[in-house]
Amino acid sequence: MPAASVLLAGVDEHDLTTVAGYRAAGGYTAIDQARAMTPDDVIELLNDSNLRGRGGAGFPIGRKASLIDRRSPKPKYLVVNADESEPGAFKDRLTMGKAPHRLLEGCLIVAHAIEAQEVYIYIRGEYLAEYEILARAVDEARTTGLLGGVEIVVHRGAGAYICGEETALLDSLEGKRGQPRPRPPFPPVQGLYGAPTQINNVGTIATVPKILELGVDEFKQVGVDTSPGTAIFSLSGNVARPGNYELELGTPLRELIEEWGGGVADGRTLKGAIPGGSSVPILTPDQLDTPLDYNAIQAAGSFFGSAAVIVVDDRCCMVQLALRASKFYMHESCGKCTPCREGTRWLVQLLTKIEEGRAELSDLDLLLDVCDRILGKSLCALGDFAVYPVSSYLNKYYDEFAAHVEQAGCPFGGESSIEGIVAPIDQHAHHPTAVVPS
Amino acid sequence: MTLGREIARATKPYPDRHSAVLEALRLAQAEHDGWLPREALVEVADALDVTPAYTRAIASFYDMFHVEPVGRHLVEVCTNLSCALVGAQRVVDAFEGELGVRPGETTEDGGVTFRTVECLGGCGYATVVAVDHRYRHFVKPEDVPAIVAELSEGGGNAGG
Repeated sequence: MPAASVLLAGVDEHDLTTVAGYRAAGGYTAIDQARAMTPDDVIELLNDSNLRGRGGAGFPIGRKASLIDRRSPKPKYLVVNADESEPGAFKDRLTMGKAPHRLLEGCLIVAHAIEAQEVYIYIRGEYLAEYEILARAVDEARTTGLLGGVEIVVHRGAGAYICGEETALLDSLEGKRGQPRPRPPFPPVQGLYGAPTQINNVGTIATVPKILELGVDEFKQVGVDTSPGTAIFSLSGNVARPGNYELELGTPLRELIEEWGGGVADGRTLKGAIPGGSSVPILTPDQLDTPLDYNAIQAAGSFFGSAAVIVVDDRCCMVQLALRASKFYMHESCGKCTPCREGTRWLVQLLTKIEEGRAELSDLDLLLDVCDRILGKSLCALGDFAVYPVSSYLNKYYDEFAAHVEQAGCPFGGESSIEGIVAPIDQHAHHPTAVVPS
Repeated sequence: MTLGREIARATKPYPDRHSAVLEALRLAQAEHDGWLPREALVEVADALDVTPAYTRAIASFYDMFHVEPVGRHLVEVCTNLSCALVGAQRVVDAFEGELGVRPGETTEDGGVTFRTVECLGGCGYATVVAVDHRYRHFVKPEDVPAIVAELSEGGGNAGG
């Protein structure tokens, strides 16, 4: 399939970080169309487009908007999730850095649909350069009179993966530790400051202007029936040409890796590909023809997630990869619920034991048992995310895990590509020896 | 402008002043050599009319806040999956050799705090290293001596 441009349309021809550049690319016309429509008609249009959430869950944006209680006497809020932190994902950063006004126009359209006067864009704290670009774009849109009375606030996070979870994000935005809320109530009923709140990912919101520019029918010409449109696929790991590729939904995984990505790097052999960021089950080389859309990836036993494809070649020890992923989830577990807080620690301990050759075969069963005690039993999806890499690597590369037990050590003998990798939690043992700067 | 007034200004975009706590701590950290000593947590607490326990609870939750002293510069190497797969550990080793400290430590002269971090969102440009919060892409072990030399010449402060 050819490359397709929705989110990044015009970035090569124009400087979309300015209002003038974005207008030259046809920008800020969709908002005029939307404001000439009733909120109900905009929501109906979003429903017709069948645009599904690009943040991971794939929930249709139109349905989300129709859940907002617009008769509530409270203010209505739109919150944009720009806390891109899923390992493997770096696409929202590109959208915000290259086409910030497309995101802002999407915000204004959706704000009109749900009758919100205030929009908060929660951007991860590490994205300093993108924050600066986005903040300048908001200022320019405001002084140019494009906001139409809507206030857009760019809010910086401060380093916490969990804040990408929508209710943790709301708590963080309210000035608390970012910890997920029990649901119900769901955010459309009781979200930010207790008011009806719509939360969408950057990619979802930034797609909205094109639906109006092109019209629903033309928008749906790309992608597949159940998932129209494009996505930016973040391709990384052991691949010759890593990078962001905006492609139609439904593009086969093989095409992304082999044609766009130039295949596995250094002439090595493909061992597996993680299709949606580190938190989804890995796919094996025989599954390369899986189309990259929500339903097809799910049928293959994994998830679309954040469209972040991580390529793993034959030099990598899968126990080490599972251990590194588990250390991440243990570090990022917010500590609020027991299965995740305790379970992620168990995963790290068991995988360490296996990697160091101290495990017995029964420990592999215990590992799956621990997975089962976390999966579906946590307050938010982080627990599940911690499980999927471990259980899928173990199930699909069982012989390699078993070899660690049988050989009483890592069969890679110190030659794995990620041998000795130091995770942030490995640093907790020794604190800075710092001298207080005078 | 005093810290208190800067914090008061940071609360403006929100209907609830608590929402400004991250920004307030960031401002305080920048004024306190890149970390949050007890007096900084108290200052922020006073400015937001919350308790120091509240500001400490927030500061200890988020990775970008430092509750112990840090060096004038901050070097952070991503070692999450995508960077790890293309050799991030060799970059970590190179910094360890050049700086003479292990990940999580600060050089004796207080010049550089060096640590590994979780995914910075630059996976396609691995290995990603953040130097004083600015990303360097495609960093290889052989690039490390120049980065370290740059920091020892440059002086300055990592700030918030």
